[in-house]
Amino acid sequence: MSAGHTPDGRDTPDIPGPWVEFWDWMRGRLAAIGHGALFFLLTLPGIGLLLLILALMLPGPGLFAYGVGGNHNAKNIALVLALPALVVSLLLISGLLLVIRRLASLTRRLVGQWCGMPIADPYLPRPGAYGGNAGVRRRLGWLLTDQATWRDLLWVTVNGCVGWLLAIGPAALLALGAIGLVAPYASLGLRLLLIGAAAFGLWTAPWLLRGYGVFARSMLAPTQQAELALRVRQLSQTRTEALDTGAAEIRRIERDLHDGAQARLVAMGMTLDAAGQIIDTNPAAARALLVEARDASVKALAELRDLVRGIHPPVLADRGLADAIQALALDSPMRIQLASDADGRPPAPVESAAYFAVSELLANVSKHAEARQTWIDIRHTDGMLRIGVTDNGHGGADPARGSGLRGIERRLAPFDGVLAVSSPPGGPTAITMEIPCAWSSPKTSSC
Amino acid sequence: MRVVIAEDLFLLRDGLTRMLQAHGLEIAAAVDNGADLLAAVTSEKPDVAIVDVRLPPTFTDEGIRAALAARREVPGLPVLVLSQYVEQLYARELLASGSGGIGYLLKDRVFDSAQFVDAVRRVAAGGTAMDPEVIARLFARNTGNGNLAALSPREREVLTLMAEGRSNAAIAQRMVITERAVAKHTASIFLRLDLQPSDDDNRRVLAVIAYLGG
Repeated sequence: MSAGHTPDGRDTPDIPGPWVEFWDWMRGRLAAIGHGALFFLLTLPGIGLLLLILALMLPGPGLFAYGVGGNHNAKNIALVLALPALVVSLLLISGLLLVIRRLASLTRRLVGQWCGMPIADPYLPRPGAYGGNAGVRRRLGWLLTDQATWRDLLWVTVNGCVGWLLAIGPAALLALGAIGLVAPYASLGLRLLLIGAAAFGLWTAPWLLRGYGVFARSMLAPTQQAELALRVRQLSQTRTEALDTGAAEIRRIERDLHDGAQARLVAMGMTLDAAGQIIDTNPAAARALLVEARDASVKALAELRDLVRGIHPPVLADRGLADAIQALALDSPMRIQLASDADGRPPAPVESAAYFAVSELLANVSKHAEARQTWIDIRHTDGMLRIGVTDNGHGGADPARGSGLRGIERRLAPFDGVLAVSSPPGGPTAITMEIPCAWSSPKTSSC
Repeated sequence: MRVVIAEDLFLLRDGLTRMLQAHGLEIAAAVDNGADLLAAVTSEKPDVAIVDVRLPPTFTDEGIRAALAARREVPGLPVLVLSQYVEQLYARELLASGSGGIGYLLKDRVFDSAQFVDAVRRVAAGGTAMDPEVIARLFARNTGNGNLAALSPREREVLTLMAEGRSNAAIAQRMVITERAVAKHTASIFLRLDLQPSDDDNRRVLAVIAYLGG
């Protein structure tokens, strides 16, 4: 085949347009058929696991049934062994249930990728996921009381009985067509029928794949009840964390005031008193004490200023998020470029959380990343405040290890805000925060 | 010298008034909000206005906006802004017009009345008085980029003191060098910041602005 030149200079095979279109169409069909076939293959381990579980349920009751009848040695031994057998079976079945969970999670992910229907995980959070150790009993309880575990089992069963038909259908029809083409001794009518079936399979493959996706979602997606339970759990957790953080913050402020400004004022009072006592007898020393008291007041003011910055920075109150971050950038030793399309202001708590999150991120960058430049991007679209912080440092930031990033997540969580980190080793590091919030128009914030 | 004061807290307004009077300055008006400040500077034509950043009704950066508005109303009006905290952002905005007669100080600076009155006089004469804290924070940032990187540590020290509004004599005293040496440093600073020869006071202001502009 000769090669032609397109205007942009790339070599393309010299095929007429309709053929290219047909090839694209064909590729889509074949991909759908392949994905269906892979789904079919995934049902096989499910069926195997199901059979294993059924087999494991036999020994305990079986031994019991055998032993309960009479009273000779073999029967007594069977009776004694029945309970341990039951326990061991239960443990093994739990393990298999976890494997089924893996299989179901894989199916969820693949349905999201291949059928364009992402399915959320329905499981309860692991015990000990938020610190602390969980024993075998708690973990067993967690696994066995989760409704999703039994729905997974149901899924494997139904999928093993009928789901696979939907998955393998197009591939099977295509195979029939192939048989129709090559089979000897077939009548023309039969051949045509088989080829027709193959064409039908080819034609309907994407719909059948989608159908399989809908079927999978109906069984694997969290039920509304599970979703609500998950939400309640998440809300009570973030509420507890927010309250804890707030209380810790207030304790810190109390301590800072007590050890800082308050102590200085006490010292100042004492110094002034001393000055008052000696002012007639030794004016020069009294003057020195007065200067000392004045210096103490300057220090107390400086400490109060720092404290106020930590509670709610004045520029944030004055000018809002973009200017406050600009002020941060001006104070930072790094080069920071700020882009903001946000005029108007988010609700004050969101604004404050976002500000401190950015402030912490910048501190992280200057501490760890060795970056030469940082870019900050603030946007508000569709009821979502998005802030991107990108640096050209050496990367390798990991929210699982860094307590700083975890702290920022905790800060954003009460607002349903999330943090996404992309930080390959070698950099660059891009951190995106998203906080859903309404936005007040600029008119209401200035007057 | 005639002064207009805008400060919403009575105790501070009263204290400032008495302190300035004690140093022989005349208080033309003492007001407690931005609108009254505008009226006072247009009617009284003071030599300098002293403005608190936080004023009613918003209690945010009202004072900065009032100060800038007053300077639009009365071009070249020297303004000294006082605040519980200083921000480079606001310092830049105040200096953005490129002319002198601007001061931006922490309220703590009034504790040293002699130095404070000195700053008021410098601003009234068309100079600048930037709080050392603004300058210190600039230094944390401006080590190693821009024009300022070309300055020697000694020249930087001179520029810092210049930004605070000190005269060559005062700088010489502070750095324990001769006034001739200071003059040499300032000439070198003007050269490195690429400031054309003009009247010395103006160039000092421009150097400070280049400095704050980062």
